[in-house]
Amino acid sequence: MTTAPVKSNVPEKSGLKAWLTSDAPESRGHARAVQLYLGWLKLYENRLAFLGFLIILSLVLMAIFAPLLATAEPNAQDLSKRLLAPGTDGYWLGTDELGRDIYSRLVYGSRITLLIVGIVAFTAPVFGLLVGTVAGYLGGWVDQLLMRLVDIFLAFPKLILALAFVAALGAGIESAIIAISLTAWPPYARIARAETLTIRNADYISAVRLQGAGVMHIIVGHVWPLCLSSIIVRVTLDMAGIILTAAGLGFLGLGAQPPDPEWGAMISAGRKFVLDQWWVAAMPGMAIFIVSLGFNLLGDGLRDILDPKKSQS
Amino acid sequence: MSIADSTATVERRGTSSPLYKIFKGLIAGLFSITLTMVGLLFVTFIIARVMPVDPVLAVVGDRASQEIYEAAYKAMGLDQPLYVQFLLFLKQVAMGDFGMSTLTARPVIEDVARVFPATLELATLATIAGVGLGVPMGVLAAVNEGRWPDQLIRLVGLFGYSMPIFWFGLMGLLIFYGILGWVGGPGRIDIYYEDIVPVVSGMILIDSLLAGEIEIFWNAVSHIILPASILGYYSIAYISRMTRSFMLEQFSQEYITTARVKGVSEASVIWRHALPNVMIPLITVIALSYATLLEGSVLTEIIFSWPGLGNYITNALLSADMNAVMGGTVVVGAIFVGLNLFSDFMYKVVDPRAR
Repeated sequence: MTTAPVKSNVPEKSGLKAWLTSDAPESRGHARAVQLYLGWLKLYENRLAFLGFLIILSLVLMAIFAPLLATAEPNAQDLSKRLLAPGTDGYWLGTDELGRDIYSRLVYGSRITLLIVGIVAFTAPVFGLLVGTVAGYLGGWVDQLLMRLVDIFLAFPKLILALAFVAALGAGIESAIIAISLTAWPPYARIARAETLTIRNADYISAVRLQGAGVMHIIVGHVWPLCLSSIIVRVTLDMAGIILTAAGLGFLGLGAQPPDPEWGAMISAGRKFVLDQWWVAAMPGMAIFIVSLGFNLLGDGLRDILDPKKSQS
Repeated sequence: MSIADSTATVERRGTSSPLYKIFKGLIAGLFSITLTMVGLLFVTFIIARVMPVDPVLAVVGDRASQEIYEAAYKAMGLDQPLYVQFLLFLKQVAMGDFGMSTLTARPVIEDVARVFPATLELATLATIAGVGLGVPMGVLAAVNEGRWPDQLIRLVGLFGYSMPIFWFGLMGLLIFYGILGWVGGPGRIDIYYEDIVPVVSGMILIDSLLAGEIEIFWNAVSHIILPASILGYYSIAYISRMTRSFMLEQFSQEYITTARVKGVSEASVIWRHALPNVMIPLITVIALSYATLLEGSVLTEIIFSWPGLGNYITNALLSADMNAVMGGTVVVGAIFVGLNLFSDFMYKVVDPRAR
């Protein structure tokens, strides 16, 4: 594979916009930059999707700058200040049953949420992509076998399967991540297989094959790139689900363990006093809700941008 | 294609009636379902074997002597190779035997039969809400594509997809039970009404009506209305979204244009021409949503102390009651597979093109 030579006649800074909107890209990198820029414009125009993007951006910034944003140590207990209402004594969102600052715990909890989402959103699609493209490209008994496996995993209710995996692996954040990944990959395999079936007989694939390329080379180098956009859309839409499942496991006491400020576990702790001190359970729930809404809004917008079939209608 | 070939094709078509094709499809479906079920049992079996729980200790207790332990170990077939154990497990499951639950000291299959109606009752009510409201909402959104009703319904759906259900339930309890006092609290029924109505179907709403206990019926309604609404909200979100996209697809078809050109009223175009065609894919969506509710009720059941299957499986998991976990999981998985098969089958019955 040869990369096109990078031309040196990149326009001056005033011409950056013209360069980014050029309809005659001069190199592969240029074409990609134009595509990215036009996509960005579409995202910017779609107000709801852009809102989603801003929410996710804030979440990431919150996770990175947690020590600066938090007003207290997330695990610092002060039993004399337990269950304070929001706003008292400088505790913006109140304190929990051990007198810990809920706001600071939410800020640090964003790290756990991002960690889980990040790892699952990487491993599950890659595994699904591998299984789906191999099945679709090779066909025959390999296809039959792999797709039967996918069916079996799809037949399990997700949360119960995740519960069973966590029970087998022992409660904890690592088990939660593995369990969610194990339940999340089959839909990606389905999508990737469907995409592969439509492109495996394309002329360019035959051309690559005639040049003597190996099976894995064709799949990874020439089939994967074409499956990516539909997988990315699906991943963005699934992230909210991943967050909700992770929170559900945390709520059941099977995810992150105390004293980690995991949002689902915080709701579980606040459940006992929900009728009197509602904020202990309400605040982390709001956080989960806002973040999943952000991912859903962004995913919806991305689908419109990346899927030309749907954006036309 | 030569003439001889084409007549042969016609003849071949003549012998295979639509019913025959449905039957053939059903056989193929059953075969693939069997394979899936065996796979499902295998995964459950492996999970149970990996669990860091000694199944022998769970039966004999930790004070048993070495001889008793060994005897139980052998009696349970644990000295056999893994594949023999799996075959034994399959044989037991085929006879409806999931072993004893260590938590309730009763056969797992009896436990599951006892708790399942509670889940079924909840999921059915939620699905009724989901279909009753979700389908009209989806139609409304499609008719007003891009205008405010569409945006509003889309937002309602997005909220549903983004809310952690256990938190939603908790907040519902706080507001409608704790503050407003409009609904009954957790549980299926107030405690002083318990065990009065004879169990017929296991579903309290039906059983209380059968027994003529109107007071108990209304009490049960006040308890089920909140969890059913909360589950129903998720169902509405999903069904309305799918209905919308199916309807839009129909609106772009030529037969709709033809109907409009012929002067058919818009209401008739929507309800008599487009909607019946949408009902076919909707069957799949509704079946899927029903299956998801049967599962998705796990967290809701815990929040509302609802004595259903989800609650049972979770409790069993937390107390390492492996037989109960396996039994419950297999039952839920089987329902999933069954509903999928059912929707495939319905699809073929209703839509001649799918045969």
